[in-house]
Amino acid sequence: MTRKQKRLTLIGSAVGVLGVALGLVLFALRDNIVFFYGPTEMIEKHVGPGVRLRIGGLVENGSLVHLAGKSVTFKVTDGKDNVPVAYTGLLPDLFREGQGVVAEGALDRNGVFQADSVLAKHDERYMPREVVDALKKQGKWAGPSGQMNGQASSQPNEQTGASY
Amino acid sequence: MIDEVGHYALALALALSLMQAILPFWGARTHDARLMAVARPAAMTQFAFVALSYAALTYAHVVSDFSLVNVVENSASAKPLIYKISGVWGNHEGSMMLWVLILTACGAAMAAFSRAIPPRLLADALSVQGVLGAAFLAFILLTSNPFARMVPAPIDGNDLNPILQDPGLAIHPPLLYLGYVGFSIVFSLAAAALIGGRLDAAFARFIRPWTLAAWCFLTLGIAMGSYWAYYTLGWGGFWFWDPVENASLMPWLAGTALLHSAAVMEKREALKVWTIFLAIVTFSLSLLGTFLVRSGVLTSVHSFASDPTRGLFILAILVMFIGGALFLFMLRASSLKQGGLFAPISREGALVVNNLLLTAACAAVLVGTLYPLALESINGDKISVGAPFFNLTFGPLFAPIFLLAPVGQLLAWKRGDFLAAAQRLFFAAGLGLAAMAVFVALHGAPVMSVIGSGVAVYLVVGAFAEIFGRVFPSGFGARKNAFFRAKGLPLSAWGTAFAHAGLGLSMLGIAASGWGVEKIVAMKQGDVYDVGPYQLQVVGVTTNQGPNYQETVAHMSVQRDGRVVALLAPSKRFFSTRRMGTAQAGIVTLNLGQIYVSVAEPNPNGAIDARLYWKPLVSLIWIGALVMAFGGLLSLSDRRLRVGVARRAVKAQIVAQAAE
Repeated sequence: MTRKQKRLTLIGSAVGVLGVALGLVLFALRDNIVFFYGPTEMIEKHVGPGVRLRIGGLVENGSLVHLAGKSVTFKVTDGKDNVPVAYTGLLPDLFREGQGVVAEGALDRNGVFQADSVLAKHDERYMPREVVDALKKQGKWAGPSGQMNGQASSQPNEQTGASY
Repeated sequence: MIDEVGHYALALALALSLMQAILPFWGARTHDARLMAVARPAAMTQFAFVALSYAALTYAHVVSDFSLVNVVENSASAKPLIYKISGVWGNHEGSMMLWVLILTACGAAMAAFSRAIPPRLLADALSVQGVLGAAFLAFILLTSNPFARMVPAPIDGNDLNPILQDPGLAIHPPLLYLGYVGFSIVFSLAAAALIGGRLDAAFARFIRPWTLAAWCFLTLGIAMGSYWAYYTLGWGGFWFWDPVENASLMPWLAGTALLHSAAVMEKREALKVWTIFLAIVTFSLSLLGTFLVRSGVLTSVHSFASDPTRGLFILAILVMFIGGALFLFMLRASSLKQGGLFAPISREGALVVNNLLLTAACAAVLVGTLYPLALESINGDKISVGAPFFNLTFGPLFAPIFLLAPVGQLLAWKRGDFLAAAQRLFFAAGLGLAAMAVFVALHGAPVMSVIGSGVAVYLVVGAFAEIFGRVFPSGFGARKNAFFRAKGLPLSAWGTAFAHAGLGLSMLGIAASGWGVEKIVAMKQGDVYDVGPYQLQVVGVTTNQGPNYQETVAHMSVQRDGRVVALLAPSKRFFSTRRMGTAQAGIVTLNLGQIYVSVAEPNPNGAIDARLYWKPLVSLIWIGALVMAFGGLLSLSDRRLRVGVARRAVKAQIVAQAAE
């Protein structure tokens, strides 16, 4: 092989691999991403049944109902609107009424969000950021100390963290 | 008092790092040997001061000094000692301290063990390391002071996030950081080579041990993190394509590519500019990972407290180093002497393919990780890019590596013979096919698991094909002197074989996950469940009191054919200080597979919801990572390839000749 051919092979294979990578990424980005909405946003966007999405907000107080087996229903609210959610399976450890939650799934024809996964965040000191944003949009965000339970008011980070 | 000493030591370290950044650099420009000589003691003293400061913080955590905000927020008197120590890095400030501790340790190590590196290159590299140290020390002192006081001091603290109170977490961050930050040495050397404008094959020898060491730690750190998530999060998954996981995978992919391209540079003086580029990219991705995890732009268990000034500060550091290094690269790359070209079918050709695939896979992960952030900042849409995206992009780009790795090992440098190499892999390929047949007979579908496990077996066996050929040059019949030939082989050849085999083992464990069994049940005492080949029986439920938690434990027995083979005690813990629960999965390893049970809080009717899993061969995922790191260690201990040591190679040759 001449020098020129060697160089061409090198460049050719590089372009080939990168082309395949680019194609795969573009193809995957079209079909394999999931949008995140708060309840109000979801209703405003008129999301049709069967479209995969994530919704986030607070679990409405008093809305959690245990059905037969491991099925539950609850409502996700951002203070303005709420969405009924149905889920079968184990709820995460930190799932509580009044706490932040993110559910992934799709709406059915009756407007019930059929979730196939439910995430509550690992630390009750903070909310999923998406949930905070969704609440802020509805003017329901009272800041970390108001949103959390009473213990958070003794959290020192706001008061003294920067004063040293 | 000790807290003030720690804080002051940190400030002194910053001053030293600035000195280390400026004086040696100036010395290298003005050919002043005395100024250049400042670099080494400065690096070591800087490390000593950061270590002192870190020790002071650890002391404050151990004695529960609640006059420090950091201790109040992340510790409690009742916390066990080991978590008081590991709790130091279980929060934002402390984890940055650990980052800087390792960064300065790397600088000190480079200063101590790099006598063979030309003085000007070393001076420039240590000066770059000094700039890095200064940036992160300033970050800590200005935005994340771990020694901030709290007045008045409370009686007790808020305790560490219970999910972080785990032995896995005690070692996961240090390992991961050793990996991330270990690449800073390679980055500094690359930047120094660009500054100096000279680049030869020796450079690859200088970076080789550091790259290998960082790579080993990163491999272990990722595996440890994955195992930790597997048993703490209670979902039984080992990889979630979470942005934080991706943040550690990207430097690993780039670092793996770097290891391979450095080999080409060392042997053949080719791919020089590319190797430098990879050295910069690898550490840049480590920095990006730090930014993603620490700035709070992502939500995850790792983003402790989000504070916009911190995010901006880290972003500024990120832009400065990545931008600066790439700018330097742009300026100098064209003036560096180009390396030689080579035939496509050769060891170096195979390594180029390896590099292309690894970097393309890395780029796909990068796009998937950053695309949601970019989209949100452009039009406010929130999206999540999850496993389907990565399976579709990362999968096809990474899969050819499994097939080609053994072939690459068998190709000779300069000019390889593809057919001959393929021929020598008949045995491995045959075993792979046989494994597929066995797995189909045992488990059947899914197809991906069958194919994946067959390829994995081929990769594990094929990894040793080259060594087999060298130990038994004329077939297995000629066993005479085989032991001496095996001993005479360079350790780096064994290292490559083990690292590739480890990859195959991990792949086998991942492929086998398709044959797993999952059951969600509401358990009552006395119930028996079939899970895979085993039966699980609920023996009883008890309530215990731990040092800082209460727990409900479900005692279960694992039986096979009526015989009890293991006992399990999955539990649900409740930490009163944080009013938060964690699930402790009950796990037992049987024939490389695992029975995994995760329980929830008891229902009002007394039943306990639980997830029961049988995960065949799952432990191979992490065993594979251990084998990979072991391969890296073998390669690292190959004396021939350490900086400036060539005597042993001659000796080995003499032994080999004597053995003929």
